[in-house]
Amino acid sequence: MIKVTNQAYQYAGSKSISFPDLEIAKGTHGLLLGDSGSGKTTLLHLIGGLLRSQKGKIEVNGFDLTMLQENELDRFRGKHFGFVFQKNHLIAALSVERNLLAAPFFADQYQDAERVGVVLQQLGLEGKRNAKVHSLSQGQAQRVAIARALINRPEVILADEPTSALDDTNCDKVIKLLMESCMEQGATLLVATHDQRLRKNMPHHYQLRDL
Amino acid sequence: MSLYILVWSYLKARPLTTVLNIFLMALGTAVITVLMLFTNQLEEKVTANAKGIDLVVGAKGSPLQLILCSIFHIDFPTGNIRLSEAEKITRHRLVKNVIPMALGDSYNGFRIVGTTKQYPELYNAALASGEWWTKDLEVTVGAVAAERNHLKLGDTFTSAHGLTSDGHDHETNQYVVKGVLQKSNTVVDDLIFTSIESIWLVHEIIEQNSKAPSTPSRLVPSREAGDSTLEITSLLVQYRNPLAVIQLPRFVNSTGNLQAAAPAFETARLFSILGTGVDVLRGFAMVLIFISGLSIFIALFNSLKERRYDLAIMRSMGAGRKKLFLSIILEGVALTLAGSLIGLAMGHGGMFVFINLIEERAATGMDGLIFYAAELWIFGGSLLLGFLCSLLPGIEAYRTDIHSVLAGR
Repeated sequence: MIKVTNQAYQYAGSKSISFPDLEIAKGTHGLLLGDSGSGKTTLLHLIGGLLRSQKGKIEVNGFDLTMLQENELDRFRGKHFGFVFQKNHLIAALSVERNLLAAPFFADQYQDAERVGVVLQQLGLEGKRNAKVHSLSQGQAQRVAIARALINRPEVILADEPTSALDDTNCDKVIKLLMESCMEQGATLLVATHDQRLRKNMPHHYQLRDL
Repeated sequence: MSLYILVWSYLKARPLTTVLNIFLMALGTAVITVLMLFTNQLEEKVTANAKGIDLVVGAKGSPLQLILCSIFHIDFPTGNIRLSEAEKITRHRLVKNVIPMALGDSYNGFRIVGTTKQYPELYNAALASGEWWTKDLEVTVGAVAAERNHLKLGDTFTSAHGLTSDGHDHETNQYVVKGVLQKSNTVVDDLIFTSIESIWLVHEIIEQNSKAPSTPSRLVPSREAGDSTLEITSLLVQYRNPLAVIQLPRFVNSTGNLQAAAPAFETARLFSILGTGVDVLRGFAMVLIFISGLSIFIALFNSLKERRYDLAIMRSMGAGRKKLFLSIILEGVALTLAGSLIGLAMGHGGMFVFINLIEERAATGMDGLIFYAAELWIFGGSLLLGFLCSLLPGIEAYRTDIHSVLAGR
């Protein structure tokens, strides 16, 4: 499903970070581990097409991302990926429902109000459909973000430190929901984290070398 | 979810800034609209009232006053001129037609004009009821003057000296209403017409039913030509040909106590005096609109700082750069568009209320609900302004670097 070959990234004015070659099969739930500065986020963004790669190949579902034009990459991202970030991930000007509908809107896909209900229920957020983003707790906000990542039924979910801002209870709840939802949809899940609490939940680990 | 909902949500999320920006824009637009309505209609009215009158001849004094008095009936006469001298003008070869006027009296503030039927005919005035005045002390009343004073056919009234209702009354002779005119939206609506002889009678200058003249005056046929005792106020002159523009005023000004004033020249002078005030106000309105544009620009630019994350998230969900650019531009345009539409409505509404509140005669014939093609320019200009002040923020949004924002670099 995901194949990373010969990747390295050099930020202006600093040393190049090189990444191990990866091959992640469809439906795998994998953990991308490494200390801060080891390039977890960079690799995750390279895979998700949020950052243009400087060399090598990144293949997702048979397409080489490095070959796509900027607008093709936008479309590809909208169609195939769902993202969950650590924080500040919801659009505060919009209600919970519209935050969810924003995903199909920006990806130019059908905005299915029924699907919104289903996903919200799946994540235990039935009552929050018309709530304002400000009124949500950290854990609830993170679950809304997961709901938004799931709503387009993407093949790959990429999560960057989804649990590091949460307490133990919420951490456990969120990662379990994330894994269950991905399982149900048959989506591949890749979580970049330094959160050791997740090690026990996920079988596949990809360790990045420390610099 | 749509681009409109997105833009609306962001505007709603900052209600105070949004209201302030729209209000500034609306205020500027409203001032410009009122100025445009006012000057356009004033010019139309002035042009319509001065139509067909090439020159006004009256007593020496301020030429502008002579015009304001004899054409627009909003000022006092400069004095009187002798009938015998006025007759000299009528004999000039460059003069096509002359209408004599005797002014000075009024009824409840509405001016009584001693003249010939040619004067209301100049404005294509038509009778609504009754008939034109023929005998001495008969009057035909303009539509507004009749309505405000509740004058009907057969009513009688006494005139007062001057233009105000508290002037000295001429009580010995009473006018009788013979006819009422249809509304024409010209100065005729506010006037009461009678013969020149009636004015003289009221002032006890002549006596009724004197004997027929041997050589009738060209201006007042019931009197002897060359009478040196009788006086009128002014003459409205029509030129025979363009040559008169140069020769006639010179001839008039060299004849006794007479002065010539050209309505076209004097109204242009009046507008240039008014124009300075209008320009200052318009400049003020432009400053308001400029500030509103600047304020929209600053608001959008500042909001981009808070929205960097939003924009990056939108890109991560598959939004193209163009969509983000468009959403910012739409936000700016929505503000200026709402502002200009509210401003146009405020301008027309304000003008409408103002005209209906005042009973000033000078306002008659003005309307708040007339629309001009120039308003499309205001509308188009506001769209352009919205685009311009959101262009830079839009470009900034277009250039959002997803990775560095999301990675917190």
